[in-house]
Amino acid sequence: MAKPITLLLALFLMGGLYAVLSPAGQSAADGNVNSQIVQGKELFQVSCATCHGLGAEGTSAAPSLVGVGAAAVDFQVGTGRMPMAKPGAQAPRGKTEFTPAEISALAAYVASLGAGPGIPTSQQVSTNNLTAEEIARGGELFRTNCSACHNYEGDGGALPNGKYAPSLGQTTASHIYEAVRTGPYAMPVFSAGTLTDQDVREIIGYLQTLHSTPNNGGFSLGGIGPVSEGLWGWIVGIGGLVMVAMWLARKGARAR
Amino acid sequence: MARPADVTTAESSAVEAHEPTAPHRLSSAGAAAEWVDDRVGAARLGKGLIRKVFPDHWSFLLGEIALYSFIVLLLTGVFLTIWFKPSMAETQYDGSYQLLKGIPMSKAFASTLQLSFDVRGGLLLRQVHHWAAILFTAAAVVHMLRIFFTGAFRKPREINWLIGIGLLSLSLIEGFAGYSLPDDLLSGTGLRFVDGLIRSIPLVGTWIEFFVFAGQYPGTSIIPRLYMAHILLVPALLLGLVSAHLALVFYHKHTQYPGPGRTEQNVVGYPLFPVYMAKAGGFFFVVFGVLVLMGGLMQINPVWKFGPYTPNQVTAGSQPDWYMGWVEGAVRITPNWEWHLGHTTWSWNIFLPGVGLMGLLFTSLAAWPFVEAWITGDKREHHLLDRPRNAPTRTALGVAGMTCYAMFWIAGGNDIIATHFSLSLESITRFMRVAVFVAPVIAYHVTKRLCIWLQRRDQERVLHGSETGVLIRTPEGGYYEPHEPITVDQAFVLTQHDEMDVLDATEGANANGLPPRDGVVVSKRRAALSRWFLADNLAKPTREELEHAHDHGSSAALTSGSDHD
Amino acid sequence: MNSIDLEPAEDHGSVPAVYVHHQHPVPDPGIEEHIERYTDANPAAGRRVYAQVVGMLALVPVMAIAVIVIYFAVPRQASIRLGPLYANAMNVGLGVTGGLMVALIGFAAIQWAKQIMGDEESVDYRHPILSSREDREEFLSMVDDGVRQSNLGRRRLIGAALMGALGVVAAPAVVLLSDMGPYATPSRIRATLEKTVWAEGVRLVNDVTYTPIKASEIEIGQLVNGEPEVIAHMEGAAKIEAIAKAAIIVVRMDPKSIRIPASRKNWQVGGILAYSKICTHVGCPISLWERTTHHLLCPCHQSTFDLGDSGVVIFGPAARSLPQLPITVDSEGYLVARSDFTVPVGPSFFERDSRHDFKKGDN
Repeated sequence: MAKPITLLLALFLMGGLYAVLSPAGQSAADGNVNSQIVQGKELFQVSCATCHGLGAEGTSAAPSLVGVGAAAVDFQVGTGRMPMAKPGAQAPRGKTEFTPAEISALAAYVASLGAGPGIPTSQQVSTNNLTAEEIARGGELFRTNCSACHNYEGDGGALPNGKYAPSLGQTTASHIYEAVRTGPYAMPVFSAGTLTDQDVREIIGYLQTLHSTPNNGGFSLGGIGPVSEGLWGWIVGIGGLVMVAMWLARKGARAR
Repeated sequence: MARPADVTTAESSAVEAHEPTAPHRLSSAGAAAEWVDDRVGAARLGKGLIRKVFPDHWSFLLGEIALYSFIVLLLTGVFLTIWFKPSMAETQYDGSYQLLKGIPMSKAFASTLQLSFDVRGGLLLRQVHHWAAILFTAAAVVHMLRIFFTGAFRKPREINWLIGIGLLSLSLIEGFAGYSLPDDLLSGTGLRFVDGLIRSIPLVGTWIEFFVFAGQYPGTSIIPRLYMAHILLVPALLLGLVSAHLALVFYHKHTQYPGPGRTEQNVVGYPLFPVYMAKAGGFFFVVFGVLVLMGGLMQINPVWKFGPYTPNQVTAGSQPDWYMGWVEGAVRITPNWEWHLGHTTWSWNIFLPGVGLMGLLFTSLAAWPFVEAWITGDKREHHLLDRPRNAPTRTALGVAGMTCYAMFWIAGGNDIIATHFSLSLESITRFMRVAVFVAPVIAYHVTKRLCIWLQRRDQERVLHGSETGVLIRTPEGGYYEPHEPITVDQAFVLTQHDEMDVLDATEGANANGLPPRDGVVVSKRRAALSRWFLADNLAKPTREELEHAHDHGSSAALTSGSDHD
Repeated sequence: MNSIDLEPAEDHGSVPAVYVHHQHPVPDPGIEEHIERYTDANPAAGRRVYAQVVGMLALVPVMAIAVIVIYFAVPRQASIRLGPLYANAMNVGLGVTGGLMVALIGFAAIQWAKQIMGDEESVDYRHPILSSREDREEFLSMVDDGVRQSNLGRRRLIGAALMGALGVVAAPAVVLLSDMGPYATPSRIRATLEKTVWAEGVRLVNDVTYTPIKASEIEIGQLVNGEPEVIAHMEGAAKIEAIAKAAIIVVRMDPKSIRIPASRKNWQVGGILAYSKICTHVGCPISLWERTTHHLLCPCHQSTFDLGDSGVVIFGPAARSLPQLPITVDSEGYLVARSDFTVPVGPSFFERDSRHDFKKGDN
């Protein structure tokens, strides 16, 4: 059952890629897309070209964007990582400076430069029809492929030399999809051969359910495991009980 | 001055075994006591215990936190065993936690989930149990530090110190076994670590690994075996040692802090029955209550989020519980030393920090009372506690040890620190490699200086009173700060401690010109250690100096009588 | 007045004498005077405390009833949201009411002891822990009598034989534990620790889904958490044990940006390399791979391996390179293993021959 769907989705994706990749003449038939590309190019030259070069061919300061695909643009700009505020190992998440229309235009422009993963459709990242088992399987996939860096709760973790895997708590479904497919910064790419669109939907479904279900046991204490638990155990347990002990052993108010 | 009631000489109201007193004179509690005495002769034993005096101080309750956490552990642990299945047989999860539906897992993990989601109150008691374990080990460590810094381990309490060290090491094993039982991803990762640790033991590591895991890692036996250790073997040992620990506390009578009228020959406080019983019993309920509140409000070890253990999954931020954190840190920062000799591999990178360091810590803790007694030559009984500043070398050593432990501990969370403070993992690790050696040395010197400075301040206060913080301008234009005299009680506390002479090497000349010491040979090394341990102490003011200072009128003499503060 | 009060610390036995200065410049003023408590002196205050204690105890049954009601009335899956707290309602409910129930007993008892019970200090006298000289001598002579009665003095061999016998009993007791596990004989080590289920022709499959991995589907910068195909048909302990050694990661790097030693030229397929996922330090599964630097970080102890250089260690406590799995493609274009790992995977063990592991600079 899963295999034909996977195949279909893969074909669908490939089709999308080829559409983007195909010569400009073909896309030009769609005037809308064409004007988007023009608008995107203008925006690019104002906001991005300083580092990425006028033709997005890359400079010593930033990589080439030829072939990174619309997904990479939507992820980087949509999560406010680009334009980068200051150079560094890794751009932090921020507030996006562009409207959704401008992001689409930028994405269309960069996609026109070379083939790359596209922005997912809403069906591709929709988690509406997932069964409980599929969501649980998404958890298994998450723990196999993602939790090593992003932690069991999607709270992120450390990488060498000051880099880090960010928290996934605020990340939208399509941004997760785009990150999986494009591998931003140090993150590896997971192509459809490894994680099918269905797999990614299940992972997104797992994360959304995980983040919307209550913390059964109470305050999550940061969700980073035994380190914060130990810290709070000392503060509340030892700290609180020592205060009680001090009250217990102190002589109360005297008559004079 | 009203003298306190003297319980040992007071008329005993305990019931005599051979001449039962008339029942009408007794309260109902007394009647019950009489009934028991008729059958077991409890009065003979009880009269010595019931009015036993316990001194009151908050720091004497740290061990009680550990004791009460232990009781809570036993109570909640029994509840958990009703549902927990210590089996590594595979099953498909079909409980009420939707996010793991249909996932294959061990029965141990499935039953932990059942406990957490399908047994009412199960999650609460699981969490209380885990918090109690955190608190038990934490309180045991703080309690041990209190004993160390106040010198309460000195003769005659060395045996109890050793029992305490045994308790602490057993509790680490007990805690680790418990951490491993649920068979979630985190506990499996911990087991994998222990497997690597066992394997690293030179010569016999592989043999031990095969014996412990009944073959290759992970096998199907480790959880049932750890379960046996966790609920029977180690708790039984703990219970036995805890009983011995408490019996010795009773038998030796509690130590006390120095104070007016507090001597090596007495203990001042409140009687066991009823005051101390109510306070200690009440404190048990407070500890229990706080643990239940923590279990209700603070999530701990959410195993359902970690998922079942499989050896090919891992999560960022995989850490042990706090009490193993320092070993984890040591393993993280030890350089990759490994010998490849012929057909053999010697994993010093794991063995030294994992097995060696733990051995070193517990051995040096166990040896300390004997080492200190040997250095000072002090074989007296001690029931009055040291003020830590009056044993500056010991205090400094203790702080240095704590600092070293803390550095390892911090290194155990280097990934968390890296992400939360935007630092690079590598630089933290490199920094820690140096810090575990340098920081304790700095801490030692700072603490020692601080202790001597506190001694000097004590002396100032005894001689000239305490500073008032008020500046007064003299008619000549100078300024001075008037000192307020301290009370006799305070002055006594500041000057009551004994001063020990440095041991002189018997082959060298005796500095004080005192007679040689009873034919006991003191080596130069021992004399040097003795000097290191004792020589920096400030001499107490003599009675003359005190009178001289007080005659000089710049500060008033000690206020007579004691004031009440 | 100023005679320094020197005395040997302890005069029994042969311990070295230590000179201790018992000089007390301030004489012991004696135990402080007992001063009446505010609650004793002020009847109103006393009544207030009395009411507090009784009030706290009266709340205990209220809390107990609340615990029982919550236990039966609150649905198991119901949640509660109070500001930042979003948790299971029953757990919070039982914890708060149960915790207060127990803690109130404690606070009431302590308040009672502090404010209402008589608080005159008592004094207990200590006696030296060592027994009196007479007791000790009597006891020692009893010990001597016992020893004499046992006739051990004349029949010395009994004592030695008994000690020996007791010592020997320990040996069977220890031997009884021998069946805890198999013996780590060289042949068993070869068959277990030094062998995985990988073999020539075994397909590499995606973890969890077990779909085979096609070489053409892997992009540069891609990471695949992989398993041998045979795992899919295994179950239970055998499967877990197999996974614990056979788990791999497959990565594709630009062949121009990495160093492939001559001896490993045909271990890879166009920059696709497979490595053991089990850390050579203590065996955590590693997959924190940096696409940009080709570095692989272990989340447990931060050992870092360079997958662009045959898996050599570049940082951290691990001492040995990550074993690489020789791979190729089969006729359908799927990745398959050329053989098992050439060196044992996972953490070191004493009998491991570590001379053949890849070292930086090897060819």
